[in-house]
Amino acid sequence: MCGIAGLIHRGKSSNVGSELQGMLQALKHRGEDSTGYALYGDTDGKNFIMRFKVGENVGEGSSSIVEDVSVYDERKKIVDQALAELGAKIVKEERTLPYSLRYEIAYDKKDLLEFSQRIESIPGVEILSMGKSLEVIKDLGNAKAVCDRYSLDKLVGTHAIGHARMATESGVDIKSAHPFWGYPFSDVSVVHNGQLTNYWNNRRALENKGMRFMSECDSELIAVYIAQKMREGASLEEGMRDSLSGLDGVFTYFVATKNSLGMAKDTMAAKPLVLYESDDLVAMGSEEIAIRSVLPQEIDTYDPFDGEVKVWQI
Amino acid sequence: MANLKNIDKKTKAQEMGMHTEVLTGRTQQKFFNPDEAENFYYFGTYDVDFNKRTDLDVKDMTAADANKKIDSLMSEGYGTIVIKNPQGKHSLGVGILNKLNLIFEGSLGYFGMGSCDGPTVRINGRVGWSCAENLMAGKVVIEKNAGSCFGAAIRGGDLICKGSVGARTGIDMKGGTIIIGGDAGAFTGFMMQRGRIIILGDVGINLGDSMYDGTIFIGGEIGSYGSDAVDAELTKDDQNWLRRKLRVAEIGEKFDVSKMKKIVAGKKLWNYDNLEPTEKKGAI
Repeated sequence: MCGIAGLIHRGKSSNVGSELQGMLQALKHRGEDSTGYALYGDTDGKNFIMRFKVGENVGEGSSSIVEDVSVYDERKKIVDQALAELGAKIVKEERTLPYSLRYEIAYDKKDLLEFSQRIESIPGVEILSMGKSLEVIKDLGNAKAVCDRYSLDKLVGTHAIGHARMATESGVDIKSAHPFWGYPFSDVSVVHNGQLTNYWNNRRALENKGMRFMSECDSELIAVYIAQKMREGASLEEGMRDSLSGLDGVFTYFVATKNSLGMAKDTMAAKPLVLYESDDLVAMGSEEIAIRSVLPQEIDTYDPFDGEVKVWQI
Repeated sequence: MANLKNIDKKTKAQEMGMHTEVLTGRTQQKFFNPDEAENFYYFGTYDVDFNKRTDLDVKDMTAADANKKIDSLMSEGYGTIVIKNPQGKHSLGVGILNKLNLIFEGSLGYFGMGSCDGPTVRINGRVGWSCAENLMAGKVVIEKNAGSCFGAAIRGGDLICKGSVGARTGIDMKGGTIIIGGDAGAFTGFMMQRGRIIILGDVGINLGDSMYDGTIFIGGEIGSYGSDAVDAELTKDDQNWLRRKLRVAEIGEKFDVSKMKKIVAGKKLWNYDNLEPTEKKGAI
């Protein structure tokens, strides 16, 4: 079933890590196989933040193959070496869990395609996000478990999107968890609730254009589809509007960039979304109880209509 | 009005071998005699006094506990119950088979007031998906907006939303009346089989798609018609009925009903009119 939630503060920052945790935890009955956060934190904008994994969470409920932990260290060494060869300097390094790392990188090139291809050519390594504000954190378990594991509750920023997943068409693992990074674009992320029925047709066409897929989760297609549209010169909103006819199936999805947050709903309106909109805050989720976790007072909310696309700026 | 005696049940689909069974008209049997209505009762219903009023704060209660408490209050004779702090909880107020004046001071989540028969409900907030699904009788008024599948499969009663509603309003409805003060989304009246829907605002694509029967009245623009939905003449009787219904619903009393569009099913399904006489449909 899955649940999605997102919020954007307009003109100010807030404790978006804690707020999104509350929203996603309220949706945990929609799925708690995995939970993911795409948080847009306040940074000085000088360095890239790269969240990446060198292995999978093989804990209870995982569908991943157990590996010797020593391979994680070897993969990390190869990543470090590749970064040096690319001319990227590691400014700060954090290793929250053996398989999950966060690097702050000084890298002066704007095109991240070559960079991403080089890093992900290392077997077992996947970039979860790359950007100057975006950080994608996703792991197995419900929202609170993931938030506690990665200490996300203190993260301050302007906007965030997240996903509580019930695994259906792909495995219980981090690579299939949302949000998906809009590879190879800096600071683009996607979460999705629904099913896409023309996944393979679109995937084959996009792979022929050089786009990469890391999982077999149909939701990843949205991130890649919009990234490709943006690569061809479309704006975020244009890419999202195009997806209403290009993607077949039932879906509600959110896309976030460094300065904006958007939502799109399929023409069948088969997947739920409740929206609250004011001058200083937009909050939305699969169910109203998600919004209630940040706005307990009586508020006016509504369901966006079929085929509706909306984009808000910070 | 369909003349049952002259209907040939053997259709082209049957000739092609797609349907081999022969209808026996099973549902034309008399299941319910109105003269014996007073002998029918629901197990577990209560005599309540509308003047006996109480508040119930459900902020820290689960939906199941809140619903049990409502039942318990009715058993004590309370006929007016005000629910405080519903805060978007799902499944509040379900399964009330009783006369009751129920007021929610806030919004409900999914399945609010589902499978009810008899209560009069006012929700001073918004409702999520599938509000009042399977309503048999009574009246439910929503002061703000509603989600999708509003009034799914209702069989009777009045369901009123003063704001706008999502997609598939009145899906599979089998009776009763749904009134919307604002706009409605796609697939409104999808597969509706009986009853009436009134939308004062605009409506989305595929209006009345695959409808069997029933009537839809639209005050604004129509995104597109669904398969089987066609325009029909808006009669004086229709207009009088609309005025009365809107007045009673306290919504759009000054709305010019003479300009509304009337939409009905344009195609009779191969066995639908054989199953139940038209007179019986009109009575519900």
